[in-house]
Amino acid sequence: MKKHISREKRDNLTGYLLIAPAVLAVIAIGIVPVIITFSYSFEYYQLTDPKNRHFVGLQNYIEILGNSSFWMVLKNTAIFAVISMALELLLGFTGALLMNGAGKAARGAVRTIVLIPWAVPGIIIAYMFQFLFNNQLGPVNVILSHLGGSADFSWLTKPWSAMFVVVAADAWKQFPYIALMLLAGLQTIPQELYESAAIDGAGKIKSFFHITLPNLKGILLIVLLFRTMGAIRIFDIIFGITGGGPASSTSTLLYQAYKYLFTDMNYGKGSAMSTIITLIILAISILYIRVLGKRAEE
Amino acid sequence: MNAPKAKRIAAKAGYILLLTVFIVMMVFPFYWLVLTSLKDPRDISLMPTELWPSRFSLKFFSYAFTEHHLEVYLLNSVIVALGAMVLTILFAFPAAYAFSRIRFRFKKFWRNVILLANMFPIIAVVTPMFIIFRKMHLINTYWGLIIPSVIITLPMAIWTLQAFIDTLPKDLEEAAQIDGCSRFQAVIRIIFPLAAPGIFTTAIIAFITAWNEFMFALILVTKDSMRTVPVAISMFPGQYTVPWGDMAAASVIATVPIVFVVLLLQKWIVSGLTSGAVKG
Repeated sequence: MKKHISREKRDNLTGYLLIAPAVLAVIAIGIVPVIITFSYSFEYYQLTDPKNRHFVGLQNYIEILGNSSFWMVLKNTAIFAVISMALELLLGFTGALLMNGAGKAARGAVRTIVLIPWAVPGIIIAYMFQFLFNNQLGPVNVILSHLGGSADFSWLTKPWSAMFVVVAADAWKQFPYIALMLLAGLQTIPQELYESAAIDGAGKIKSFFHITLPNLKGILLIVLLFRTMGAIRIFDIIFGITGGGPASSTSTLLYQAYKYLFTDMNYGKGSAMSTIITLIILAISILYIRVLGKRAEE
Repeated sequence: MNAPKAKRIAAKAGYILLLTVFIVMMVFPFYWLVLTSLKDPRDISLMPTELWPSRFSLKFFSYAFTEHHLEVYLLNSVIVALGAMVLTILFAFPAAYAFSRIRFRFKKFWRNVILLANMFPIIAVVTPMFIIFRKMHLINTYWGLIIPSVIITLPMAIWTLQAFIDTLPKDLEEAAQIDGCSRFQAVIRIIFPLAAPGIFTTAIIAFITAWNEFMFALILVTKDSMRTVPVAISMFPGQYTVPWGDMAAASVIATVPIVFVVLLLQKWIVSGLTSGAVKG
């Protein structure tokens, strides 16, 4: 009995010693800065006026929420999140089903191609897409003109088309990850399910909705939550393609926070905006961990 | 007898068509980047642009080095990414092992703390970091970029490694411990070699993540000679002109080695990227 307890104690000690470096690192460089940002959010704190730094209570939040630009960037963030996620899911599913249906060699080839966007820095993807859609030098307008469209469409000067280019770039970068996750899920579905469904006379479409989708529910949930947070945290793609323009029409919550912080040098207001984003993400994370936790317990 | 056969052929043709469209869509942006980098500077502003250039040149590649000193930024990126990779593995392996093999109190809580830190937006981390790093003279240093990178790479690394260690058989290390090995010896002699492919994959993913990192590198570096490649490329555009060719060439140089590594190790990377979630 005594030995049993000491073993438990020893395990506790070993466990804590082994996780200590990682946990301390995460607290020091992840959690503590977020708390400091939270405290800045209640201050008047401008880099151009550091002597005058003082506590202002909820002033920064009141200013942000009272400004119509907040509701605009919130709307932009939601539009971006919904459209990009829908597009990424559509492409991800297509990619996963194509890879799943392919022979071994073809699957390897497609998987290889699909990994490329994941490995390319976001800022480079941003410039790639800015160049593709450049109204004078980009190939998209040239190809459109061959198909009978306008050869001089100015993609980045109109709100809806600028948003489209940003969404396209993000979808191109992110859907491979979704495709790979869904493929991994597809390969765990037993083939017999499809065979017996086929014997029962179910078509391809019917078995997709009755076998494939229900079996991928868990993975789909994870992917959706991951991508929601990805959409909220997107930065380099917008920085590189539009800089938030035209007229803030592609500016998101996070991009606006960046502008408050590092263009206006207003640490108080920028920190309040960052805290709002953190709270939104925290709410989604809690949901995410709950769902994951439930899945782990089965 | 003929109708089902025709239907099968049509289905196959449809599949191949869809696959082709898909591959073209995937490859075209990258193709265009490489093509632009290989254009002759005299052709870069031709209108309409040539979908297949009439002549090629390597001038933009030499401009990337002679005019923009890409070698400086490449060296910075390599140092930062390698540093972040080594630090990440050093911190992640013990933690992943503990989470996988040892029972201790509040294990789930600590795992969630690490996962949660991964969810925080960089924007909420970077301002205090900027202020504190300035006081500590870490702005414009390699450590000043390596340390923050770890917050992005570490949670993912722990997750991937734990999923990998979970798949290793327990009886080997238990047998070794019965034979008189300490737990530490059992880990070093048995788990470490078995986990080598997992560690390697995790290291590559951490390296690429750190190599691609943008926001920390943009904000925590104010001196041009300390910039990493992604940020340096974003500084190429001048006030009135955008040197597309130079940027394309620099981008190709920055991505081709990474893409090459990814292609070489694709099987491992795919399993690394998907292991945590699929098993989850």
